[in-house]
Amino acid sequence: MEHIITPKVEYVKLLNTYPEKKSALGTLYLTATHLIYVEQTNNNARTETWVLHHHILSVEKLPLTASGCPLLIRCKTFQLLHLLFQRERDCQDVFQSLLRLSQPVKEEELYAFLYNPHQNEEDRRQGWEFISVANDFSRMGLSNEYWEISHLNKNYEICSTYPSILGLPKNASVAVVTGSAKFRSRGRLPVLSYYHKDTKAALCRCSQPLSGLTSRCVEDEQMLQAISQANSNCPFIYVVDTRPKLNAMANRAAGKGYENEDNYSNIRFQFQGIENIHIMRNSLQKLLEVCSMKSPSMSDYLTGLENSGWLRHIKSVMDAGVFLAKAVCDERVSVLVHCSDGWDRTAQVCSLACILLDPYYRTIKGLMVLIEKEWISFGHKFSHRCGHLDTDPKEVSPVFTQFLECVWQLSEQFPCVFEFNERYLIEIHNQVYACQYGNFIGKTARTHTHKHTCMLHEKTFSLWPYLLKNQHLYRNPLYRRSLESTVLRPSTLPLHFKFWCGMYNHYDRGMHPKQSVLDQLLSLTQKQVEGERTMTELQRVSGFVEVLSVWRGIRLI
Amino acid sequence: MELSEHIKTANVEDVTLRRPFHPALRGTLCVTSHHLLFSDRKDEASWQLLILLKNIDAIEKSVENLFGYPRAMGSSGTITIKCKDLLVLQLEIPGMEECLNIASSIEALSSLESVTEMYPFFYRPSHLTLNGPWGLSSTEQYYKQTERLWDRWRVSTVNSDYSVCPSYPSAVIVPREVDDDKLIRSARFRQGGRFPVLSYCHHRNGMVIMRSSQPLTGANKKRCKEDELLLQAVIDGSELGYIIDLRSAQQAQQARMTGGGFESKSFYSHWKRIHRHHERGKIVQESLIKLVEACSDPSHSVDRWLSKLENSKWLSHVHSALSTAGLVVECVERDGHSVLVHGSEGTDNTLLVSSLAQLILDPASRTVTGFLCLLEREWIQAGHPFQQRCAHSAYSHARLKQECPIFLLLLDCVWQVWRQFPLALEFSEALLLRLAQEVYASNYGTFLCNSEQERCAAGVKENTHCLFQSLLRPDIEEQYLNPLYEPTDLAIWPSVHPQSLQLWTGLFLRWTEYAQNMEEAREEVWSIVKEHHEQAGPDRTNNTLSTHCDTLTPFENLMDELTIL
Repeated sequence: MEHIITPKVEYVKLLNTYPEKKSALGTLYLTATHLIYVEQTNNNARTETWVLHHHILSVEKLPLTASGCPLLIRCKTFQLLHLLFQRERDCQDVFQSLLRLSQPVKEEELYAFLYNPHQNEEDRRQGWEFISVANDFSRMGLSNEYWEISHLNKNYEICSTYPSILGLPKNASVAVVTGSAKFRSRGRLPVLSYYHKDTKAALCRCSQPLSGLTSRCVEDEQMLQAISQANSNCPFIYVVDTRPKLNAMANRAAGKGYENEDNYSNIRFQFQGIENIHIMRNSLQKLLEVCSMKSPSMSDYLTGLENSGWLRHIKSVMDAGVFLAKAVCDERVSVLVHCSDGWDRTAQVCSLACILLDPYYRTIKGLMVLIEKEWISFGHKFSHRCGHLDTDPKEVSPVFTQFLECVWQLSEQFPCVFEFNERYLIEIHNQVYACQYGNFIGKTARTHTHKHTCMLHEKTFSLWPYLLKNQHLYRNPLYRRSLESTVLRPSTLPLHFKFWCGMYNHYDRGMHPKQSVLDQLLSLTQKQVEGERTMTELQRVSGFVEVLSVWRGIRLI
Repeated sequence: MELSEHIKTANVEDVTLRRPFHPALRGTLCVTSHHLLFSDRKDEASWQLLILLKNIDAIEKSVENLFGYPRAMGSSGTITIKCKDLLVLQLEIPGMEECLNIASSIEALSSLESVTEMYPFFYRPSHLTLNGPWGLSSTEQYYKQTERLWDRWRVSTVNSDYSVCPSYPSAVIVPREVDDDKLIRSARFRQGGRFPVLSYCHHRNGMVIMRSSQPLTGANKKRCKEDELLLQAVIDGSELGYIIDLRSAQQAQQARMTGGGFESKSFYSHWKRIHRHHERGKIVQESLIKLVEACSDPSHSVDRWLSKLENSKWLSHVHSALSTAGLVVECVERDGHSVLVHGSEGTDNTLLVSSLAQLILDPASRTVTGFLCLLEREWIQAGHPFQQRCAHSAYSHARLKQECPIFLLLLDCVWQVWRQFPLALEFSEALLLRLAQEVYASNYGTFLCNSEQERCAAGVKENTHCLFQSLLRPDIEEQYLNPLYEPTDLAIWPSVHPQSLQLWTGLFLRWTEYAQNMEEAREEVWSIVKEHHEQAGPDRTNNTLSTHCDTLTPFENLMDELTIL
């Protein structure tokens, strides 16, 4: 609270993005967690705009104009607030407060440590246990003849950024496992991401080998051999480096690099050409410039879209995901995927391949499991990539956003195969940046420890139960369960990659369809769902408290 | 020359047919005067392919063994057929001579120019009779139905013999106080005789949309008192009217050099002129060609695709059309003024803008019947030269003459409106797709000829069936209806932000797997709606869901809250 210089400013104008619409006049409040703008309308109706401080990406004071002092607030949710203050002093105060409030320095300042959805400790504990990576392994049929669940990383000693339980080939000895880990960047050794029951082919992930120009490691070679042998359907495995070849070669000079096909028997090596986090960050920047252009012509827009390169990058991620899925499903070949550290591009393409391969991950709960497994447990650095804390801006990159967009692109091609709708993806995106729940906090190489995780579980709440409680909002009414068993084979022709207006221009309501098929179908099918919901709620003891907290949760996003 | 004389080889056996989503088939190919037939002869009564020759836009042949090298299998050829509805299929024909014969027959028979030789004059299905009503409505009927017009407007039959304006229907609606003599003089002052006539009268405020062609002011700034009086009568004294000129101010100026021009401020003092540039003719046709080419580009570069999409300018035309229609609606609905729309000839963009404005303004034009009536009034009766504009589509190698896919552009714009207001139209995308097909090749006579005069001369009404009548049969196909339709009285203003406009995948990706996925979604929507109706029981009218765009249900409020926060 000490950072709030002025908690309330009156007669603030909220300028509309569209010149044809009138701007609003209202009062601005700063609270410990939110910026709240209350619009005064003639008929005493209040419209409130709430912006979480954590969602603020940048605050910019624009040059003084005749009508007042403008302040431009850009959000990580792609919202843009253009405020106009009457007094320069107020503008400056709000500016300074927001600068500090939007960039927490210490982890304890994050919203999750304040947020209390009025649940008891038991609910909190259960919430954290709700999604289990171990259960997903058994769903895939592990342990089995070829693969086992290993506890070698129980204390995060082999690899601090990996989960405590790992899927490993049965015939890989402890020596091979530990030896291989030493030969991989940050100890991120090859482990199972997804096991395809029908073909016995496995999707595995790791980081780049420390091969440099000449080094080799027998254990690492044996590790890949073990992965290959775990699939009797095929005598070789694909090793997919998701980076552009040039980037991978540059890494060799730094003692890292990629697998030499001469040293590994029976591998087929392949680059996928997904660009690095810096290029992705810049591309998004350019895309957002296109999104906020004032009345662009169709040509301006399309040229801007092309020049941003954004859809090209989305396609490169999708192409890689499709390659993996095809290898596992159609060719029955196991695949080992890595990039540099194996927590950005690798997470993107592995999770995408999982969605293509397994209908479970296309359900509301399945997507939670997938994010928990491929992203959180495998140490995607959410805090750095989302800029949760005031850290190096060069670490920020929309890697997870790109994954969500790929899922959305798929849902546009296949309207009936996902249990969830677009709002679910956008909600998850907003929650990742909001830090209201503890799931995405502190995922950095340093803080990914058992102790830290325990602390988070004690002090914060998990997002997943909240999402599940609200799942009626996220349902896709067109979801067809009968299609469940199918593998998705999307077309990756460029014309299928569309601009995601619902995400990047989410707050420009004027651009969206004025009537929603989704709302209409949801309300038509609501009755049935309400029936289902009453059932589940009756099964819970604390039914009333939960209904209350759902409502509060919505208010406090 | 008899049509059959074009057919040198009528039947070929052992032909292989390849088309999207179907396994290759082997069977018999047959060319008739109007059709290309393919049957695998498994079931004598049916065929696997029946396409109108008129639907064929381009034909490409590649003949192996052209130079007579002997081969054990004998020579063969492949014909690639590219249809005006964008379907592409291939036929492998054994025998070089047969292949060339088939190709030349198709080439000759697909580009017939005489209207009465076209298929609608031969189409005689058992379930239709020629004595039925042709067309849905007439100028007189429209006038009778629109009570608001009775006071100040009248039906004039000055053009009953098509001598005043060859491209207008025999009857038009004009201000009551303007007599036929004045109309004749005004017609002489307008290109092609297209003097200002009523296109639409807004049910809320009585304001009207008029349309015409450009005035023939020429370099000497000629004027025509009667034309001025006619427009003065439209706005009835002191008010203000808007002239939406579909050319840039510069183009309008240039038009004077060739005898055309615009309404000058000094002679039409109560009319305010606004210029909006719209591309026309060849440029729009080339846009379609480029877009279709881009859609079938197998390249995997996103940049290349976006650059081709941009370069085709198709979406820019969609953008302009909807923007200007929005401007017309703004004048009529928001500001309460009457509008005159024209470009040069007044037969293309003029009709595009005036009919889109009506779709946005008028709830009656959003039903199946209303929409078809709108098309009949504003396109067919109003004299859009369909035969010239739709002679060829996106694939043809023929030299372009007067082709221009303005009607397709209209359908695209309507689709954009539907996408933004998915509950407001009674008809579905399937109806738009059907029309996109029928306008280029049809069993029906509706889109034949360039004007009512030509249709009369050719005896279209007497000798062909009417598409619109057939579409509106009591058992109208479910697929042409929008299951989510909920009429709203409000104007449905589409957003024209570039982000809000999309490629019409339903049309341009019609023959891809994508279309099949969308079809599944469509079926699912239908089954949800049907299930809901069953649950709601017979008295479902009592619990209608009112989700018009002005009234939000509590549920939507909640969603809004979620997304705003």
